[in-house]
Amino acid sequence: MKKLLIVTILLFTNTYCISQNTTKLLPSINIKSLEGKTLNTNEFENKGKPIVITFWATWCKPCTKELNAISDVYEDWQKETNVKVIAISIDDARNSAKVAPYANGKDWPFEIYIDANSDLKRALNVNSIPHTFLLNAKKEIVWQHTSYLDGDEDELYEEILKL
Amino acid sequence: MKKVLYTLIFCAGPLFAQGIENGEISGNFQSNSQIYYEDADLGISSENLPDERFLTNSFANIIYATRNFSTGLRYEANQNSLLGFDKRYNGEGIAYRYAQFNKDGLDITVGNFYEQFGSGMILRAYEEKNLGYDNAFDGLRLKYSPFKGVYLKSLVGKQRLYFDNAEGIVRGFDGEISLNETFGALSEVKTQILIGGSVVSKFQKDMDPIYILPENVASWAGRFNLYHGKWIMGAEYVYKYNDPSATNNFIYKEGQALLANLSYSKKGFGFSLTGKRIDNMSFNSDRNLKGQEVSINYLPALTKQHAYTLATIYPYGTIANGEMGIQTELNYKVKKGTLLGGEYGMRILANFSNAYGIHKAQIDEDTALGESGTLGYTSDFFKVGDEKYFQEFSIELSRKINRKLKLVGSYINTHYNSTVIVGYDYHGMIKANILVFETQYKLKPKHSVRTEIQHLSTEQHEGNWAMGLIEYTVSPHYFFALQNLYNYGNETKKMHYPNISAGYTKGTTRFALGYGKQRQGIFCVGGVCREVPKSNGISLSITSSF
Repeated sequence: MKKLLIVTILLFTNTYCISQNTTKLLPSINIKSLEGKTLNTNEFENKGKPIVITFWATWCKPCTKELNAISDVYEDWQKETNVKVIAISIDDARNSAKVAPYANGKDWPFEIYIDANSDLKRALNVNSIPHTFLLNAKKEIVWQHTSYLDGDEDELYEEILKL
Repeated sequence: MKKVLYTLIFCAGPLFAQGIENGEISGNFQSNSQIYYEDADLGISSENLPDERFLTNSFANIIYATRNFSTGLRYEANQNSLLGFDKRYNGEGIAYRYAQFNKDGLDITVGNFYEQFGSGMILRAYEEKNLGYDNAFDGLRLKYSPFKGVYLKSLVGKQRLYFDNAEGIVRGFDGEISLNETFGALSEVKTQILIGGSVVSKFQKDMDPIYILPENVASWAGRFNLYHGKWIMGAEYVYKYNDPSATNNFIYKEGQALLANLSYSKKGFGFSLTGKRIDNMSFNSDRNLKGQEVSINYLPALTKQHAYTLATIYPYGTIANGEMGIQTELNYKVKKGTLLGGEYGMRILANFSNAYGIHKAQIDEDTALGESGTLGYTSDFFKVGDEKYFQEFSIELSRKINRKLKLVGSYINTHYNSTVIVGYDYHGMIKANILVFETQYKLKPKHSVRTEIQHLSTEQHEGNWAMGLIEYTVSPHYFFALQNLYNYGNETKKMHYPNISAGYTKGTTRFALGYGKQRQGIFCVGGVCREVPKSNGISLSITSSF
């Protein structure tokens, strides 16, 4: 009985300590830039302004739509909030050589990285793409959204304005 | 004594918890279910259907992570697996669990992990849940970066085979160095150079009654990437020592693979060219398995991955025993204010790809090509084989007409050698022309309508297809769609495949409900394919993450 009690208390105290946090930190994972440089996600920086991280791939139509839509309004967003958008491609060897020409061809003004082994995608529990995260000044994940419907960028912008 | 022990345990709890401060629990969940109905038109009677009629594939991942430590598991429950998935996935259990520790550049993983060396042509473990593909390693992995620019990886493990592990033990080492980051003198040079190399070996006991098989099969690879301003260039070469297997009909020939790419891009313009040659490169954790379920390596299909439904009817998959091919893609944005570009500019995306067999010659007069127990064949590295496997040209134009309306037009011409790719003996080379016209219209803020009209014409296989789709979306929560595929050119039986679907998304949770008929076909993601049987039924998909 006594043992049971102790185990219960032990579990309780531990669980309590573990579950204090409500916001999530960005996991620290290595990804690659389009110039082949390895970069850790903890090096993502926007001088205390919000960061949007969005997962995409060259074969994903809704992803392209989302990035095109954000690209159209990005200048205005930056003027008002200084937000930075980071687009992470999960393309593998089949398409990885196409990522840079694809993004440049579309004239996207975002920071673009490749997560070829899907390490970051897994660490962030992304089921399917597109999947978008919003990070606050402390680089904590404060909002996230899966899939893209026309006009979803407005909801994202409302969330950015709340920060 | 007992008291001391209790006190220790009791106090250790909170202390332990402090040591792992800021620990966070996160996870995701996915469940796909379908109810199957009989359908006389499709020829589905109760005999073709599972006894339970209601099938579900589901899983949940749970991760506990602190800054330097993470541990997680995936529980999978397929009760029973959806039609089209391998029956060996039936069942439930913890199919993936790991612990990972990361400090001062050293990263240690025990348990399951996914990994890729270089392009993956020598080693790649990954998962593609929608295909039921998962060849994760179960073992140990070390990653170490002694200083910025140098990345070392080593691993040992067995690969996942459904709810079990495959027989073979895989060992691997990979090193990559960024010359510019490593050597200070090069840090300011415009040209960035990355070089890497890998060694992978597989051990599997030889129990064969006829042949003496190599129990250890080694392979190695070398690669480089060069970045110079707008140019990117790279190549990887893989060599595998003799590895007789069920896939290559137990020949003792070595395997080789080469993948090379070149791209140039600037604002509004992108061009890429990729070429590959694959010769006897099936590399399995179990030589007796013919499928890809425990592939150690990944051989990418260098063809465009299509999203339009009719364009996915004839998808290519790499022929591991030998193929050569190229792919080239062009992205161009016609400037706004020009005749073609109009007020908003026009985007052009063109792609060409092909794949041929490799040249093969008999090793001597008395030995048939690819005869078991021999060296199989000889091959001239630079000579293209006579047989065409695949060829495709596609062009897509998209143009915004005004603030509300956007139009997309697409044309695809495909040559698909069905005998080689999927083994339809009697259809041979299928030649198809596909046309797609898409409109996207914004009714009012947050409300949009999208339509697709598609047509596929071919004189082979199942003949012509037509398709229509209308989709209504209300951002950020709802979508509603109606579509019909009509195989009106089918000589045996003209068939309609109507579908109705609706979905609701809130944050990271998404529900999608559908009802309708599904055509029989091959469904591919990222170069791996699965056969989907024809069906009629209700499907429900739920995904969520926290």
